[in-house]
Amino acid sequence: MLGFNRQCAVKVLALASVAALLGASADAMAQETRRERRSRTKEVKPIELSPAQVAELTKVANERKLTVDDLLAASKTYMPSGRHDDYVLFSSGGQSGQIFAIGVPSMRLLRSIAVFTPESWQGYGFAGEGDAVLERLNVNGKAVPWGDTHHPALSETAGDYDGQFLFIGDKANARVAVIDLRDWETKQIVKNPLTVSDHGASFVTPNTEYVVEGGQYATVLGYGYAPPEEYKKSYRGMVTFWKFDRAKGRIDEASSFALELPPYWQDLADAGKVASDGLVFINSFNSEMATGGVEQGKPPFEAGVSQRDTDYLHIIDWKRAERAVKEGKAKKINGFPVITLDVAAAEGILHFAPEPKSPHGVDVSPNGQFIVVAGKLDPHVTVYSIDRIKKAIADKKISATDDYGIPVLDFDAVKEAQVELGLGPLHTQFDDKGYAYTSLFLDSAVSRWTLGGDYAKLHAEEPWKLVTKTPVQYNIGHLCAAEGDTVSPDGNYLISMSKWSVDRFLPTGPLLPQNFQLVDIAAAGTTMPVLFDMPIGVGEPHYCQMIKADKLKTWTTYPEIGWNPHTQQLDPRAPKQGKEGVVRDGSQVTINMTAIRSHFTPEHVEVNEGDEITWRITAIESTQDATHGFCIGGYNINLSLEPGEFAEFKFVADKPGTYPFYCTEFCSALHLEMMGYLHVKPKTTTAMKAEPAAKP
Amino acid sequence: MPGLLAQIAGPRVPPDELARRPARYATPALLFAVARVLLLVSIFFPYWHMELVAPQYPDGLFLTAYVNHLDGDVKEIDGLNHYIGMRPLDEAARVEKSLAIWMIVAMVLFVEGAMFVHSKWAVLLAVPAITFPAFFIADLHLWMRRFGQGLDPSAPLSASVKPFTPTVLGEGGIGQFRTFAELGTGMWLAIGAAGMIVVAFWFHRRAFRPLSVAARRAAEVPA
Ligand SMILES: [Cu+2]
Repeated sequence: MLGFNRQCAVKVLALASVAALLGASADAMAQETRRERRSRTKEVKPIELSPAQVAELTKVANERKLTVDDLLAASKTYMPSGRHDDYVLFSSGGQSGQIFAIGVPSMRLLRSIAVFTPESWQGYGFAGEGDAVLERLNVNGKAVPWGDTHHPALSETAGDYDGQFLFIGDKANARVAVIDLRDWETKQIVKNPLTVSDHGASFVTPNTEYVVEGGQYATVLGYGYAPPEEYKKSYRGMVTFWKFDRAKGRIDEASSFALELPPYWQDLADAGKVASDGLVFINSFNSEMATGGVEQGKPPFEAGVSQRDTDYLHIIDWKRAERAVKEGKAKKINGFPVITLDVAAAEGILHFAPEPKSPHGVDVSPNGQFIVVAGKLDPHVTVYSIDRIKKAIADKKISATDDYGIPVLDFDAVKEAQVELGLGPLHTQFDDKGYAYTSLFLDSAVSRWTLGGDYAKLHAEEPWKLVTKTPVQYNIGHLCAAEGDTVSPDGNYLISMSKWSVDRFLPTGPLLPQNFQLVDIAAAGTTMPVLFDMPIGVGEPHYCQMIKADKLKTWTTYPEIGWNPHTQQLDPRAPKQGKEGVVRDGSQVTINMTAIRSHFTPEHVEVNEGDEITWRITAIESTQDATHGFCIGGYNINLSLEPGEFAEFKFVADKPGTYPFYCTEFCSALHLEMMGYLHVKPKTTTAMKAEPAAKP
Repeated sequence: MPGLLAQIAGPRVPPDELARRPARYATPALLFAVARVLLLVSIFFPYWHMELVAPQYPDGLFLTAYVNHLDGDVKEIDGLNHYIGMRPLDEAARVEKSLAIWMIVAMVLFVEGAMFVHSKWAVLLAVPAITFPAFFIADLHLWMRRFGQGLDPSAPLSASVKPFTPTVLGEGGIGQFRTFAELGTGMWLAIGAAGMIVVAFWFHRRAFRPLSVAARRAAEVPA
C-alpha cells in the first residue's frame, strides 16, 4: 500500500477534484439560473425609437399639449415601477413638526418622519396617557406636541454626509431632535434651557462633534423676565453647541455648552470646514436692538431692525470655546454652561464682521475658503475669505468694538467680493463646477454665479459674476443642491423650495401647498431648466438636504426580534413566542403579547377596572414590510409594530367595558381577523347592568 | 468460522505482488478514500434548495436543506403555511436530521472497512453510501407529501388550498407561489462520492478478483 506510484495518485486525485468541481459548478449554475430568472424582468436594453413610436409619442405629446422640453423633463424624472431614486431629500416639514423624505429625481414622497408632532400611522405619541414620546415633547412641563421644523442637518464625517443621523431644529420652542437613519425614527429631543426660540438649528461641525443651535429672538437667557426697556441690558442671544455622541446616537447634554451673544437676533448659521474648520458663522439682523412697539406709535420691528446699513456676521471659534468651557470659564445659567460675552471677547472666541443690513443665509463654500452672506434687502451676496478673516484677526484689523466689547473686523480687510444677483438673495448652495446657486426671493428665481479663487479654473466664465437665472414659481426660500453644502457637492440636481404655488396646481381651498421644484443644474453655462413641480401639502418646509441614496444604510427590518427602537438594542422585556400571557401582581397587570400574521396572543385580556396595565408586544416578524398596528379604541392607543419591534405602554384601565383591539395595518389576507378583546371588568357588576328601557 | 471470515475478507496480497504492481492495489483504496472525504465534506453543504416566488416577495423566499437542519426563510414559510394548515417544517424528518451526521460517519467507516475486504462482500459495506443520495431525495419527497397531504382542515385557507404534494425537484406551484427546487452542492458531493465508490469497485475487482480466482484454483487443483 505504501509504495503505490505517484502517477496513479495524481490521476486519482485529479479525477476526484473533477468530480467535486462538477458538482459545485452544477450547483453554481443552478444558482445562476435562479438569479437570472429574477433579474430578466428588470433588464433594460438601450432603446431606439421606430418611426411608428415617434409618431405615437408625438401624438400623445400633442394631445397633452407638451413641448419637447416637457418630454425631456419627463424622461429625466420619470421612474419606472421598482426603480429607485438616486437621491433622498430630507426636508423640514415646517409647522407639521415632521420631516419629509422625498426621492430625487422622481420627486416622490417616500414617507414622513414624525419628530415634534404626534403621528398616528407611525404610532408616534399614541401609546396611552403615559406615552414616552409625549413626555419627550414637553417644554418646561407643558405639553407642546407640535414644532416648527426648520433646518435638517445630516451627520457628517470629514465634512461629507455619512448617512447615519439627521438633526432638526424646532424654531418655535428651541428644541433639537436626533433621528437615527437606520430606522428613520426620532430618538431624542433636547430642549434648549436658555432660550425660547431658535433659528440657526441645526448645523453640524465637519465631524458632527457638535450640533449647532443658534438662537433667533433675544430673551432673558434661562427663561428670565425683563421689560423691553431693559432690552439692551438684559436680553441676550445665544448659540448652543450640543455635543453629539455618535456611538450612543444621542446628544450628550452634560457635555454641551452655549455662548452668550448680544441681542442682535441671530439668524442662519453654518459650520466652517476644511480651511475654516473650527469656526461657526452666524448672521444677525437686529444690531439696531430695536424693540418695536407699533401700538405705541414707535417704528414697528420690520422698520426698526432695518435702520443701520450693516449688521454683524458672527465669527465663532468653537474650538476655543470648547477649551474655555473645559478650563471652567463658563458660568451656569439654568444649570447649563454658558460662555459670557466678556469671556468670549477676552479669549478671542467671538469676532464680528460687518455685513450689508439684515442678510439671511450664510453658507460656506465646499473648500471652506469662502463664506457667502446673502443680502436679503441688498441685491448682492457678500463673499468673505477665510484667509482674509484669519489675517485680519492676526493683524488686529479692528474697525470698532460693539457695545458688548466684541471686536468688529474691518469690512474691506475681510471682504473678498460682492456679486450683484438680483432682488432678495436668501440662500446659497454649491456644485462641483465652480458655481454657486443663490435663491432670489423677490425675483422668484434661482441664480447661478461663478466663484473665484481656486474655483476659477473649474469654469469658463469670469469669477464672481452672475451667469444665469431660472424663474421659479414662486417666492423661493431655501434651495438645496445635491450634497450642495458638503465638501464635495455632486452638481446635478437642485431643489427650489418655492413658498407660494399660486396657480401651479389645482386649487385646494384658500390654503395652498408649497412647491418643490426640481432644477437640472448638470449642464454648465446658462442652461438650468425646471424639470418637475411637487406640491407639498403638509406644512411649510424651510430647508432640506439631498444625500446620495447609497450612503444610507437603512434597516429593512429590525435586526432581531424583540428590538427596542428607543434603546436600539434587543430588549430583555420583549415577550417571546410561547411565553405570552397575563401576569397579575395585585392591581398591577403585565400583558406579554406577540403579534404575527394574523393573530395576537393572547386574544382575550381580562383586567379589573382601575388596574394599572403594562402592555408589552413583540412583532414576531422578520419579513420586510410585514408591519402590524395595534390599537385600543377609546384609550388613545395606536402603535406601529414594525418587523421585530418591541413596544411597551402603560395605562390605567379606568373605563370598564369590552374593548376590541385590532391590527391597524393591512398586514395579511386575514388582517380583519387579527383582533382580540380587552375586558375591563367593572368594580361593581350591578353598575354595568343595562338600564331597563323606559316605557312610554 | 475463521474460514468464513477469511473468505469474506478475501485474499491478502502477497508482498512481492504488491511490490510489483502497487498502483493496481492502491487505486481502489485511494478512490474509496476520496469518496469518504467527499461524503464527509458534503455535511457542510446544502443538499437541496427550493425558491418560492410570489408577487409580494420580489426577492423570493428560500428554503435550504442540509442533512441535519433546514435553513433560509423557514420562519416566513412556516408563517405562510399556517394559513393553509401545514405543520411547521422543522417537525419533518426529526429522526433523520438528528441521526444524519452519525449515519454519514457510519457510512464513511463502512466504506473504510470495504477497503480491507478484498472479496465481492465489500460491495455490501458500500451499499449505504451508494444509495444515500437516492434515499435522501425519496425521504424528502415522502415528508413533503405527508406534510402537503396532511393539511389541517380547520385552517383559514383550507377552502382555497386543497392538500397537495410539493414538487421535490423542478418547478411546482402552490397558491400564488411558484416553486423551483434543485439539488445543492452537498448532494452533488454525495452523488460524486457514490459514483466514485462504483468506479472504485471496478478497480477493486480488477485488483483482487485475479487473486481470488488464483486462490480458488490453487484449492481445487492439489499441487
Ligand atoms: Cu396585523
